Amino acid sequence: MDFTFTEDQLLFQEEIIKFLVNEITPEKIRELWETDSGRSNELWAQLAELGLTGMTVPEEFGGLGMNEVDFVLLAQECGYVALPEPLVETVLVAVPLINSLPVDSVKFAWLPRIASGEAKVAVGLTQNLLVADAHIADLFLLQYDEEIHAVTKSHVKLTHNASVDPSRKLFSVQWTPSTATCVAKGTEAKKLIEQSINRGALGAAAQALGLARRMIDISVKYTSERQQFGKAIGTFQAVKHRMANVAVPLEYSKAVVARAAYSIANHHPDAAAHVSHAKIVACEAAVLAAKNSIQVHGAMGYTWEVDLHIYMKKAWALNNTWGDAAFHKNRVTDFVLSDDNKIGAGRTFM
Amino acid sequence: MQLQYTESQQKFRAEISNWLAANVPKQRLESFDTEKGFQQHREWEAKLNEGRWGMVTWPSALGGRDATLLEWLIFEEEYWRAGAPLRVNQNGIFLLGPTLMEYGTDAQKADILPKMANGTEVWCQGWSEPGAGSDMAAIRTKAELSSDGKHYIINGQKTWSTRAVWADQCFGMFRTDPKSERHNGLSFILVPMKLAGITVRPIPQLDGLPGFAEIFFDNVKVPVERRLGKEGEGWKVAMATAGFERGLMLRSPARFQETARRLVNLYKANQQSADRDPSVKDAVIRCYLDAEAYALTTYQTACRLDKGGKIGAESSTNKIFWSELDQKMHETAMSILSARAELEPHAPEAKGVGTWLDGFLFAQSGPIYAGTNEIQRNIIAERMLGMPK
Repeated sequence: MDFTFTEDQLLFQEEIIKFLVNEITPEKIRELWETDSGRSNELWAQLAELGLTGMTVPEEFGGLGMNEVDFVLLAQECGYVALPEPLVETVLVAVPLINSLPVDSVKFAWLPRIASGEAKVAVGLTQNLLVADAHIADLFLLQYDEEIHAVTKSHVKLTHNASVDPSRKLFSVQWTPSTATCVAKGTEAKKLIEQSINRGALGAAAQALGLARRMIDISVKYTSERQQFGKAIGTFQAVKHRMANVAVPLEYSKAVVARAAYSIANHHPDAAAHVSHAKIVACEAAVLAAKNSIQVHGAMGYTWEVDLHIYMKKAWALNNTWGDAAFHKNRVTDFVLSDDNKIGAGRTFM
Repeated sequence: MQLQYTESQQKFRAEISNWLAANVPKQRLESFDTEKGFQQHREWEAKLNEGRWGMVTWPSALGGRDATLLEWLIFEEEYWRAGAPLRVNQNGIFLLGPTLMEYGTDAQKADILPKMANGTEVWCQGWSEPGAGSDMAAIRTKAELSSDGKHYIINGQKTWSTRAVWADQCFGMFRTDPKSERHNGLSFILVPMKLAGITVRPIPQLDGLPGFAEIFFDNVKVPVERRLGKEGEGWKVAMATAGFERGLMLRSPARFQETARRLVNLYKANQQSADRDPSVKDAVIRCYLDAEAYALTTYQTACRLDKGGKIGAESSTNKIFWSELDQKMHETAMSILSARAELEPHAPEAKGVGTWLDGFLFAQSGPIYAGTNEIQRNIIAERMLGMPK
C-alpha cells in the first residue's frame, strides 16, 4: 500500500512546472489570443521535445510508454498555467483511445507522428457539445451513435463557436460517417467511449486543481499588497477566511484525483465512480476559487486587465466539459446506492 | 503508486477483526459520561490492553505493537466496523501518551504508561480556562514552586475539561513563571485528581450529561517530578501534543466512513419519504464522497509519513474538514428522520432512530474543540497560504 508518487514522478513535475511557468505567462496567453489559431507550433514543438506529447504513446512508437498516474501531476501544472494547447486531451484521451482501438492501422499511422509533435489529433464525443482544437487537428476521432470513427482534416467542415475563455477553440464538426471510417463499434466501442469520457474527466479535474491553486496564489499576492485602512487587506479575517475556504476543499480533492488516475491506469472496475468523484470535487474547488478570488480582488477582479480571469474562465468552462455535475453525480449515486456497494470503513481500496 | 494491502497488513486486519468479533460487548455500553458507563468503558480499556490492542501505535516494549500509521488506519477501520466502545482514555492514550514518550523521564514513563494502558488511570486535559479558550496563551492558573523546591502549589481554575468528572489524572498547562506573559513561562504538569484542594464541578452538556467539568485548584501540592518537560517550556510540549499525528489518532477516517455508510442505509430505509426533498439524496451522496475523500487524503499522508516524509501546514485543513462533514451527516440524518429526529431513543414512537440524535448533538461541538474552526482558518490563511498576519 503506497499511495505516493515516485521520486521520478515528482522530479518530472518540478521540471515541467519550471518550463510551463516560464513559457506560458499571462502575457504569452494574451499574445496568443490575438492570433488566428490561438495556438503556437513552436510551443507544441517544445512540448514534444520535452517528451510530453508522446508521454502515453508506447515506446515502440517513439513515446515514453507512461500512464495516467505518471501524467496526472503534469496535467495539474497545465491547469496552473492555463495552458491553451490541447496537451492534456492528447496525452490522456486521444492517444490511449488510438492505442486501444480494435484496429491497428490508426496507431501505426499516427502515434509516432503524434509523439514527435508532427501531427495533432482531436477527439469528438457526444458527451461534449463541441470539439476542442479541431482547427489544428490532422486526425479526428469522432463518435457516431455508439461507434467510433477516424477521419482526417480534409473530410471535416468546422464551425467555430466562441467561448468566454478566449483560449478555448471550440468547433462543431460536419462530416460523413461510413463503414470505411468506422474503427470501433458495438460493445467494444461503448467501452472505449466510456473510458475516453473517464480520461477526459480526469484531465479536466487535474487541470481544475492547478487552476484553483493558481487563483489562490494570485489572490494571496494581491491581498498582501493591496492596502486599505492602513494595512494589507489580507490581514482582515474575512478576507483570510475566503481563501481558507478554498484551500480546504482543494486540499481534499488532491488524493481523490490521484486515486482516479490510478484506477484508470489499473483498470479498476469502479474507475467511473472514482473519476466522477474527482471531477465533481476538483471542479467545485476551482469554481469556488474563482468566486472567492474575484471577491478578494474587489473591483480589480472584474477587469480584463487583471490576469485572474484567464484562470476563472477556464475553470468555469471545464466545470461543464467531459460531463457536467449532474452526469458525474448520477454515476456516483449509482455506485453508492447499488445493492452490493463497497462503502464504509476499510472498503476504500477494495 | 500501488494501492493494495500487503499480506502482512491483511493479516493484521484479520487478527484485529477476529479479536473484536470475539470481544466486543454484545450489549452497547452506557455513555461514559455516566458513572456506570465510565466504569464499563474503563473495563473495556483493560480488556483491550489484555489483548495488546489498547494502543497499537505504542512501542511493543510499552505494551503496544509498534504499528505504523497505515496499520493504525487498518485497526481503526475494523474497530469502527465492529461498533466497538468509545475510548474513555483517548486523551491519555492518543495525546498524553506519545507526548510522554517524547518528553518524559524514564521514571515518569515507567510510572504512568502501564496504568494509562490498562485503564487504571484515566486522563483528562486541563488546558482551557474561563479567560483562556481560543486564546490559550492567556492561561493564568499558577503553579508556584514551594520554598523547598519540592512541590508546585497550584491555584486557579480550568474549564471544559472533558471526562474530568470521573478521571483519575489530569495533564494541564500552568503558569510557573509569575512574571511571564502569553506562551512564555508555562509548564506542563501531571496532576492526580484526588489531591487535596481539587474540586471538580460537572458541567451538563446539551444531552444533559456531565461530559466536561470545571476543575478548581486551591493550594494543590504536586511534586515537581510530575512536571513533563522543562519548566517554562510547557507551550512547546503542548504544541507537540496538539500535532497532526495526535489529531489523527483522535479522529481517523473510519469513524466518519462508518457514519456515512449508516447514513446511506438510513436513506435507503426511508427513501420514499426522504425523496420528497431531492436535496436530501444529494446530501447523502455528498457525505459519502467527503468521508471517502478524508480517507484517501489521510492514507496518502500516512504513506508519506511512513516513508519518512513530513507534514506541512496543510494539516490545519484536517479538523475543519471532518468536523463540518460530521455536522452535515448528522443534519442530513435529522432531515431523513423528520418528526422522529427530536425523540430520545427510548421514546415509544422513536422506533429506528438509533443514536443519530446523540451524534447530532455531539457533532455541534466538533467545529469548536481541538481549536475552533475560525482559528483553524486563520492558521490556514497565515501558515499554509502565507497571507499577512
